[in-house]
Amino acid sequence: MTTVTPSAEPRPNPPDGPAEPRARARARKPLTASRRANRAGLAFVSPTFLVVLVVVVLPILWTVLLAFQHAKLVDIQGMGLIGNWSLDNFRQVFDSAGFWSSLGTTLIYTAGSTFGSIALGLVAALALRRPFRGRGFLRAAMLLPYVAPVVAVAFVWEVALSPQYGIVNEWGRRLFGWDDPIAFLSTRSYEVGLLGVHFEIPLALFTVIAFEIWRYFPFAFLFILARLQAVPDGLEEAAKVDGATLTQTFRHVLLPQLMPVIALLSVLRFIMTFNKFDDVYLLTGGGAGTDVAAVRVYDFLTARYDVGAAAAQALVLAVALMVLLGLYFKFFGNKMQEES
Amino acid sequence: MTSSRKAAMSRARFEEKFFGAARWVVIAFLVLITVVPFYYMLLLSVKPIDALLLDPGALWVSAKDFTVSTYQEVLRSTDDGGQGFLGLLWNSALVSLGTVALTLLAAVPGAYAISRLKFFGGRQVSALFLAVYLFPSTLLAVPLFVMFAKMGLSSSLVGLAIVYVAQTVPVAIYMLKNYLVTIPYSIEEAAALDGCSRLQTVRKVILPLALPSLMATGLYVLMIAWNEFLFALLFLAAEPGKWTVSLGLAQLANGIEVSKTVLMAGSVVLTIPVVVLFFAAERLLTEGLTSGADKS
Repeated sequence: MTTVTPSAEPRPNPPDGPAEPRARARARKPLTASRRANRAGLAFVSPTFLVVLVVVVLPILWTVLLAFQHAKLVDIQGMGLIGNWSLDNFRQVFDSAGFWSSLGTTLIYTAGSTFGSIALGLVAALALRRPFRGRGFLRAAMLLPYVAPVVAVAFVWEVALSPQYGIVNEWGRRLFGWDDPIAFLSTRSYEVGLLGVHFEIPLALFTVIAFEIWRYFPFAFLFILARLQAVPDGLEEAAKVDGATLTQTFRHVLLPQLMPVIALLSVLRFIMTFNKFDDVYLLTGGGAGTDVAAVRVYDFLTARYDVGAAAAQALVLAVALMVLLGLYFKFFGNKMQEES
Repeated sequence: MTSSRKAAMSRARFEEKFFGAARWVVIAFLVLITVVPFYYMLLLSVKPIDALLLDPGALWVSAKDFTVSTYQEVLRSTDDGGQGFLGLLWNSALVSLGTVALTLLAAVPGAYAISRLKFFGGRQVSALFLAVYLFPSTLLAVPLFVMFAKMGLSSSLVGLAIVYVAQTVPVAIYMLKNYLVTIPYSIEEAAALDGCSRLQTVRKVILPLALPSLMATGLYVLMIAWNEFLFALLFLAAEPGKWTVSLGLAQLANGIEVSKTVLMAGSVVLTIPVVVLFFAAERLLTEGLTSGADKS
């Protein structure tokens, strides 16, 4: 151990002149705690902010510019930011065949998948709520569709549903006596006869929605189960003592407790599904009546190399999504505030 | 009065019985839809294509049909006539691990700041992050592609990792923040009294305490990066040497001479790392994801 005599310790003298008065000034006027927190806070968020700015915000702004210009992929490299403004891209988007039907398809796809995945997640959470043998394993297995890579599971569905070598058609033939194999992923509309009434269903679209429900119900399941297990037992016991049946308890005791998390899940899933690309692209490539908007944007981009039109289309979609979310929060936001 | 009460009792009993039975039906159905597809994938990956075509409905593989040649074909390098998935696995591992490291590096200070410090614009930050998810990724892809081309980062794994960081950092901050708010502030004050600077406090006190959450977040980010497909397709499609496994598998499916059983072997190769990691840390991950969700 070294002992240091006070005289031997050199006073830290800054070598250059100007640093000295600045140091004194800082010593005279120390930063308040809140200002220090402010600085540290800004410094700590800056890496994240920088990444999001460069990789998300700037591209979005650029896309907005591109949407108002004639831009093809080949000449975009040398193009300045400000070109000839025009609304041609939007005119093209709104006039093009299939825009409105694509928007409709996207809405059905999004609403169906959101509702279905949350409903199935809720049912699953209720079924797995109380302990039983193998519950731990099953709870983990339930999350498999969500964590598995989308490319892999899309191919499993494709093979399983195939009319030639798919297991679903084979067992459909054996068990239910299907006459012809059903091409689930390439049939635009399929005629169904139920109790003598014949009507057509958009089969490929329904299959894609089923895939989406299958893949994302674990997400809803996870969140609803976590909330369900935080509901105090006393509530349900009280309801039971009052003579409530199971459905009544669910309707009047559990559901109100779950409503906030269900509302949150609806918004999250709606946004995510609305912009979803991979699932539909991998399953059907956007054919057979499943041309959701994100796949359409991709087609504009890769098949026609028309960056301007793709940007305009994507912008229209983002605005549509924002309008829908705005409506949602206008109606349900107030209601939730009243409840809480 | 008594009769209506009796009716209510019997309704209660009926519902108890009904839902008691329905519960098992639901559980069986859930096992069917979650486990069976993965069993099917595994099953097809170990049989030759003839066996599949001969009996598409078979639920098992007979001993004489069993083969691992599908895996050999998938994993063998392209020079030896295989599909070179070993190289793709390496690419995927590089990108995902790089993404995890960079994301955590950015998200830890960010989450700490949002959970602990009052600073200018701190409350608006989350709104900005929402923008990440509000716009379709296809829309971001074009400008990103051009920007990265100018910087020389397009068709490189580094560029891909940077995009993944931007896509995952908001959710990482959200998960970490939910955990950090549960750490009592007094611990930090004690560290400050002992002379720790703020950075030291984060490094020596907060990080060790937040280790479970860090691992859960890292794992979640790893899964997203490993499974990602669109940006890999847009950025790397022209360079087979840099494909990730997801992209390689999708391109494999477009090949004409690739049998479905080989495709399934590729799917298994792609799925196994994620699923193994997931089962190893399932508790950690689910708790990390839903912490904060159980409070209304």
